Amino acid sequence: MMAVFRKELLENLRDRRVVVNTLLLGPLAAPLIFVAIIWFTVQQAIDRAEADLELVVVGADHAPNLLRWLEQQGVVVKDALDDPEQAIREEKEEVILRIPADFPESWRSGRPAVVEVLTDRSRRYAGTSLARVEGLLQGYSRQIGHLRLQLRGVPPDLSQAVRVQTIDLSTPESRGGLILAFLPYVVLITVFIGAMHMAIDTTSGERERRSLEPLLINPLPRWQIMGGKLLATTAFALATLGLGLIAFTWALKLLPTAQMDMALNLNWKVALTAFVLVLPVALLASGLLIILAAFAKSFREAQSYLGLVMFIPMIPSFWILINPSRLETWMTWVPLLSQSILILEMVRGETIELVWMLTSFASTGALALLLAIVAGSLYNRPGLIFGDG
Amino acid sequence: MIEARNLRKCFGDVVAVDDVSFRAEDGQITGLLGPNGAGKTTTLRMLYTLLKPDSGDMTVDGIDPRREPLAVKRRLGVVPDSRGLYDRLTARENVRYYGELHSLDRATIDARTGILAQLLGMEAFIDRRTEGFSQGQRVKVAIARAMIHDPKTVLLDEPSNGLDVMSTRALRQYLLGLREEGRCVVLSTHIMQEVAALCDRIVIIAHGRIAAEGSAEQLLARSGERSLEDAFVKLIGSDEGLLA
Repeated sequence: MMAVFRKELLENLRDRRVVVNTLLLGPLAAPLIFVAIIWFTVQQAIDRAEADLELVVVGADHAPNLLRWLEQQGVVVKDALDDPEQAIREEKEEVILRIPADFPESWRSGRPAVVEVLTDRSRRYAGTSLARVEGLLQGYSRQIGHLRLQLRGVPPDLSQAVRVQTIDLSTPESRGGLILAFLPYVVLITVFIGAMHMAIDTTSGERERRSLEPLLINPLPRWQIMGGKLLATTAFALATLGLGLIAFTWALKLLPTAQMDMALNLNWKVALTAFVLVLPVALLASGLLIILAAFAKSFREAQSYLGLVMFIPMIPSFWILINPSRLETWMTWVPLLSQSILILEMVRGETIELVWMLTSFASTGALALLLAIVAGSLYNRPGLIFGDG
Repeated sequence: MIEARNLRKCFGDVVAVDDVSFRAEDGQITGLLGPNGAGKTTTLRMLYTLLKPDSGDMTVDGIDPRREPLAVKRRLGVVPDSRGLYDRLTARENVRYYGELHSLDRATIDARTGILAQLLGMEAFIDRRTEGFSQGQRVKVAIARAMIHDPKTVLLDEPSNGLDVMSTRALRQYLLGLREEGRCVVLSTHIMQEVAALCDRIVIIAHGRIAAEGSAEQLLARSGERSLEDAFVKLIGSDEGLLA
């Protein structure tokens, strides 16, 4: 069995395309793309929040005090436009403040004076500017309101019956967990990708090269031949997983987490625990892919089958996305789902109970062994050897 | 020594091998001669344990392949119809892999590989990757890896398929050498000249049945024909498949 294992590894490591695709691009691409996207988003958000707020004001003459106050707050007021609606639609401006002509009259008579903020909420980039403008206007409104009450001898606090205080107990780690929510998916898909090429090459590839029949004539029980192939595939999957986790842990250090007010709890210890947690998944993925690939008549046919299987590691992540709920014990028994949830808990900085790890490991391992046994019996079918059925 | 008695194998409704019996003695080359699709490959596959017969008996050196497939496989050297090599490995690594699958130690493998490389004339290309090998070179590697454990009994399925004249001559020399060493050699072929040049005993198979059995002289005498080709056509009853 070890002879088969060694030979399959040697043969596939000789193939430069396999090495580059599976061991290099596979594990490295996801973290790099992810870090680049987050970095870009964060930088943009920071830029927008810190940049001077430029605001076009239509009808500025109607509210000179408001204008002066806005300028004191650091807003750069720009000249009015002829057609503000058009300017928003054409994305020339993100937010426009319009002060109607009846503003002074309402103001003097003590009625709420209407100001209009024009924007297009479907343009997500406008969100930051809109929030800043709205915040400023409300601040102004509250300040004037308080002054009016004080002039009449009324304590301003009377106007506020309830003050809402939301106490956010999230930790930097748990906020970082929101960003790392995709990590379980990436980890699982990395394992499947790592196993895929090897699973095809050692089974349908072997049949396509017409080397399967002579191989099986060797005096070795057939399950051992399959066992060697399964081990080699698992080893490849684990190598990919390990490299992927290392790449991720390293890449996340490049992110400006302090400015994001969060901590990304993916250190070497968490990565190692995740690796151990996903160990049985590697065997599971290898077994499943090998079983499917063994039935395919050619490399190409196998690739098209296995492409569909790539949806499997997505399922738990989608399930969590659609149905975000607390960790319950039964979840730790479900292969793939248990790993997804436990990894999520870990990157949120929660402590993982050993029992959960064990149930996840045991249930996934049991299913993986079952698949391995099925795979081991496959070469007892003449149809799979000679390709005639 | 191989003995087959009343072997029968069906695939669905198709009877591939029907009541095939023959003996192959040590120190002889036995040829299974028959047109394409006659059941030669199926017969060999039953002998080298990849197919189970529906009925009938067979033994290799007195061992039943169905009961002790691993023991039979250890005694057999097989060059099957499929001769796929691993293109990313060198010829030597291909041969070594099979040696390891036979649980031979490294020193034995290296020594045997050296002998086989010399016998088969593989020295020039043994350390090259087999990608891009000619048919002749591929057959040599396939033979070397089948012989790495020094088997007493050798089965070859259409060994000269796709070989040029020089390679075929070399192959015949090698097979005659195996006979000299007292091994039991069984080869299947649809080429008349091959059996005539090599075989001590000829088993003619057609439509899954044994049409005739004996030495070349015996077959000629029985059919009353003067050439082996005519004898063959007469014995199997048609020339179907011969031109394929």
